[in-house]
Amino acid sequence: MDLNAIGFFVFAAIAVLASLGVVAQRNPMHSVMLLIVSFGALAGLYVLLDAPFSAVTQIIIYAGAIMVLFLFVVMLLNAHTEADAAPPVLGPRGMQIGALLSMLLAVELVWGLSRLGLTWFGNDPATIANISSVSRIGLAIFTTHAFAFEVTSILILVSMVGAVVIARRGQ
Amino acid sequence: MPAFVNPTVVAHLVLIFVVMNLLVLSSAFMVWMERKVCAYIQDRVGPNRVGYEGALQPFADVLKLLFKEELRPKAADAFIFAIAPILSTVAALAAFSVVPFGTETTLFGLLSEPLRLEVTDVNVAVLVVFAITSMGVYGIVLAGWSSNSKYSLLGGLRSSAQMISYELSYGLALASVVMLAGTLSLREIVLNQSGYWFQFIPRWYIFLQPVGFLIFLTAGVAETNRAPFDFPEAEQELVAGYHTEYSSMSFGLFFLAEYVNMVTVSAVATSLFLGGWLGPLLPDWLGWIWFMIKVLAILFFYVWMRWTLPRYRYDQLMEFGWKWLLPAALINLVATAALVIWLG
Amino acid sequence: MISLNHYLVLSGILFAIGTAGVFLRRNLITILLSIEIMLNAVNVTFVAVGRYLGTVDGQIITFFVMTVAAAEAAVGLALVIALFRHRETLSPDAFTLLKW
Repeated sequence: MDLNAIGFFVFAAIAVLASLGVVAQRNPMHSVMLLIVSFGALAGLYVLLDAPFSAVTQIIIYAGAIMVLFLFVVMLLNAHTEADAAPPVLGPRGMQIGALLSMLLAVELVWGLSRLGLTWFGNDPATIANISSVSRIGLAIFTTHAFAFEVTSILILVSMVGAVVIARRGQ
Repeated sequence: MPAFVNPTVVAHLVLIFVVMNLLVLSSAFMVWMERKVCAYIQDRVGPNRVGYEGALQPFADVLKLLFKEELRPKAADAFIFAIAPILSTVAALAAFSVVPFGTETTLFGLLSEPLRLEVTDVNVAVLVVFAITSMGVYGIVLAGWSSNSKYSLLGGLRSSAQMISYELSYGLALASVVMLAGTLSLREIVLNQSGYWFQFIPRWYIFLQPVGFLIFLTAGVAETNRAPFDFPEAEQELVAGYHTEYSSMSFGLFFLAEYVNMVTVSAVATSLFLGGWLGPLLPDWLGWIWFMIKVLAILFFYVWMRWTLPRYRYDQLMEFGWKWLLPAALINLVATAALVIWLG
Repeated sequence: MISLNHYLVLSGILFAIGTAGVFLRRNLITILLSIEIMLNAVNVTFVAVGRYLGTVDGQIITFFVMTVAAAEAAVGLALVIALFRHRETLSPDAFTLLKW
């Protein structure tokens, strides 16, 4: 087994276990922490996929910004554990069906993908250098995808204003 | 002997070991320097009993801390309380890993291929520094939250708000240098600064980016939670901020993280704006001496500022960050971009 | 050797874990976290397929997904705070006023 494969299995195992932990954890603070671990593992996978820029943005945006936001809210509300004030609307049966459905989804996805036939990554050094280059990504974002980029900036502005308006205490 | 045990790999491992220990030692040195400089600023003498001029004082302090009892508040979240100082320290140490501090060397012909004086060279080094710096906030926030004490929580909240606000200006100052250099690799950025204008002015980016340098330094001070921006531990109002409840060596780890962070920010500033290891007089392979001199100069500036300036008020800090520093950084970035395009 | 399929399967498993979180958890914050897991599962697919096709487009879509995720988290968390002010609870089952 080469280093790439070891890296993949280590990071994949961390990502899956941490994500399971996020879902299974009762304390939201621990969930947030585990999700950060999962994001770190995914960043490692991006490095293995010759996408260092994606790996770093994953850390900067997800772990450094979005998760801090979650952390803030968890700290602010200080809701330590899941409140069982209201009974589940769909009853316990609903939860069981939900669990079954998501398990079904996992099985179906894995089954479907396993019928795809093995597809290998290319190993052409020129292509690898091409996709790992930050300037290439920058060029593509600001030329081919310029419109989408501008729309995203408007989206961010709108959501920022929206978040402030929604979360503000009514006067 | 397996194939991967060769002199180059061993040299790299030794380099990693040396860099890490030097960082820890540098924080001990910083503690001593801080106490000495502060003493002289306040017309005192400072520590002068342990070792020459008190040089061994930090080691005595660490020894004392190690033998203290480890206390944990009853209502604290045990796990997070335990890992918060570790997170802080790891983030502080990790950020240095992409900073180059010297040219390639073969250690007087000991190695077959030249060894670069840095832990690792990645082509997105500047972004890696930024990413790891942004991870540093977790140690502080989690310490503040898990202690379950109001002073700690307030300190943690303040520091995270402060770090997130100043990260923007920090990133924009980084971006303006990246634009000039046209690369994200710190080694290449340093190499781009070699040579002289008019035979005597070194081609450092500080002369092209004086505003960027000031913004970077200011944001760096805020990022490392140093005075005059040391709200997280504003002792007059918050006891000791996020590490109020910490004792023994976990308290020591926060201390270590703070000083290592300062060293890292100074080292990054040196690489980005002051030409890294480049300098006159010394031969190329002694470049790391120049590097250390420059880092030390910035560190001295830090200490000097801390013991000269009073602390800002919290709302003033936020106002300064968002209403002055960020617009200045944006204008600087746009002006740099325009100049880069205009001058080709 | 690692093939594209490995990454796709990993992505599928992560996505299923995310859906399980949305189905099973009764805490609004954890549900938002589960949505983030799903978005990340999709990101893995984009980056892996981009690597397979040899283009940077996969990474660019990942970048856009991240910005959208940031917007979603900001608005979602604002809603969570507003809801919490109303009912002092984070359980989605407590907000059933419009049901009947």
